[in-house]
Amino acid sequence: MIPRSFQYAAPRTLPEVVKTLRKYKGDAKLLAGGHSLVPLMKLRLSNPQVIVDMRHLRPKLSYVKTDGRSVRIGALTRHAEIEHSSELRRVLPIMPTAAEWIGDMQVRNMGTIGGSLAHADPASDWPVVMLATDATMVAYSGRTRRIPAVKFFQGPFTTSLKYYEVLTEIVIPKPPPNHGWSWKKFERKAGDFATVNTAVIVIPGKGGRIERASIAVGAVHVRPYRATESERMLAGKTPTIDLLRSAAEKAAEVAEPTSDLRGSAEYKREMVKVFVRRALVEACERANLIRPQVAEVR
Amino acid sequence: MARRAGGAKAAGPLSKVSVRVKVNGVEYSHEVEPRLLLVHYIRDVLGLTGTHIGCDTSNCGACTVLMKGPWGDEWRAVKSCTFFTPQADGTEIITIEGLARDGELHPLQKAFWEHHALQCGYCTPGMILSALGFLKINPNPTREEIKKGISGNLCRCTGYVNIVKAIEAAAKEMREKGSWI
Ligand SMILES: Cc1cc2nc3c(=O)[nH]c(=O)nc-3n(C[C@H](O)[C@H](O)[C@H](O)COP(=O)(O)OP(=O)(O)OC[C@H]3O[C@@H](n4cnc5c(N)ncnc54)[C@H](O)[C@@H]3O)c2cc1C
Ligand code: FES
Ligand code: FES
Repeated sequence: MIPRSFQYAAPRTLPEVVKTLRKYKGDAKLLAGGHSLVPLMKLRLSNPQVIVDMRHLRPKLSYVKTDGRSVRIGALTRHAEIEHSSELRRVLPIMPTAAEWIGDMQVRNMGTIGGSLAHADPASDWPVVMLATDATMVAYSGRTRRIPAVKFFQGPFTTSLKYYEVLTEIVIPKPPPNHGWSWKKFERKAGDFATVNTAVIVIPGKGGRIERASIAVGAVHVRPYRATESERMLAGKTPTIDLLRSAAEKAAEVAEPTSDLRGSAEYKREMVKVFVRRALVEACERANLIRPQVAEVR
Repeated sequence: MARRAGGAKAAGPLSKVSVRVKVNGVEYSHEVEPRLLLVHYIRDVLGLTGTHIGCDTSNCGACTVLMKGPWGDEWRAVKSCTFFTPQADGTEIITIEGLARDGELHPLQKAFWEHHALQCGYCTPGMILSALGFLKINPNPTREEIKKGISGNLCRCTGYVNIVKAIEAAAKEMREKGSWI
């Protein structure tokens, strides 16, 4: 399969990238890892006239940095680099764990977090993690714009980025070291996109209570969502398996899955209940809010 | 030079791009159409047909090669069917043709032979290069880890069991020899 012809540019600097995007209006497309864009172009579902390859920006835009308050990840950081980051394993383990589940080794060697977020496939993995961790996307177009994750994902393959904006960085507030977390991805076959995926962060409070929980769910709606009702049910409460189960059921009410090869809408809604429950249980275990559960309960 | 209808003016004439790569230790330099896929460059321009095209949709791994460059100084396995040739400018590549040394097979090639890890052989070049890229990251893997490591490569003949055994055996030999390639 051969894509349509296009002009190729590989600018050396970020301002030049933006200049090229502005020059060709909507006819130019950024190329990061190419693992969403190249397949689409081969199928001729996307036919940009100009490809703006960001490979020369890699030395500047590929990094994981942490300070006292936040974790900052460059947009061109590859999935594999997140997967193997020992710093992230320590401070934000949900990130390398989620990375492990993306596609396969070769896909993770090329695909970038920025490309995945800008692509905004409703079944992809990073958007769900970004929602649960309250990430902020940093966009550059000559000036810098900061977009919270809840405002970033607008619909299937649609973000709030303008055509001349480049996603440069993701900033995630560092959760306390005793936070509980869970990443659950239900896939039909190894390396597949999710049937359902969910990210949960639990911040423990005083006296065995949940101070705050964030729950994000993907692949069962036009865009990933935060299960805010469920989060409210948990805030300030002492978790029990029953409470976590009800919160998971609540999260499934928001889902609007479509029937496809990965299952019927009804089945997928059931799977939201199951996987959000398992994620909540695991996150509460990790936050030392409940005792480790036997397999049947999880 | 061909111009595209519609937005042709905006994009200007379509021009070729120059690419320099080192493949199996040999330097090449070509002018290519930007849309030329790396797998086609390797097979049709360089004539190295050991790199196969299976699915052409980024799923099967038959087109896997090792590349050094885009990640700093590390060799990594990539699917060459999901790669425009200009993206490879300035990189080094190893294909299956680059593994044997002075007529002696690479430990992975030998182990695939000895453990009967292939039948038709179509998936084999990609499988071996994925295994090599994986062993670079994890030189002493468990069987489970090997299975996950090669999950981007499909084999329609063997049922994978012997492939996993071969990779395990090769990994051992490579550790003992202290050599990777
Ligand atoms: C076989 C296979 C399996 C996969 N499985 C999964 C999976 O399980 N889960 C999952 O989440 N993903 C999966 N993916 C997708 C993969 O993660 C992609 O790498 C990712 O979606 C896109 O990142 P990229 O760097 O390759 O982006 P590209 O393909 O280069 O770009 C994607 C889009 O984003 C735009 N873009 C890229 N970077 C920027 C930027 N910095 N600023 C603004 N716009 C930008 C591009 O213009 C393009 O429109 C899979 C892909 C393949 C081929
Ligand atoms: S030919 Fe199947 S992944 Fe490239
Ligand atoms: S040996 Fe035939 S596909 Fe693997």
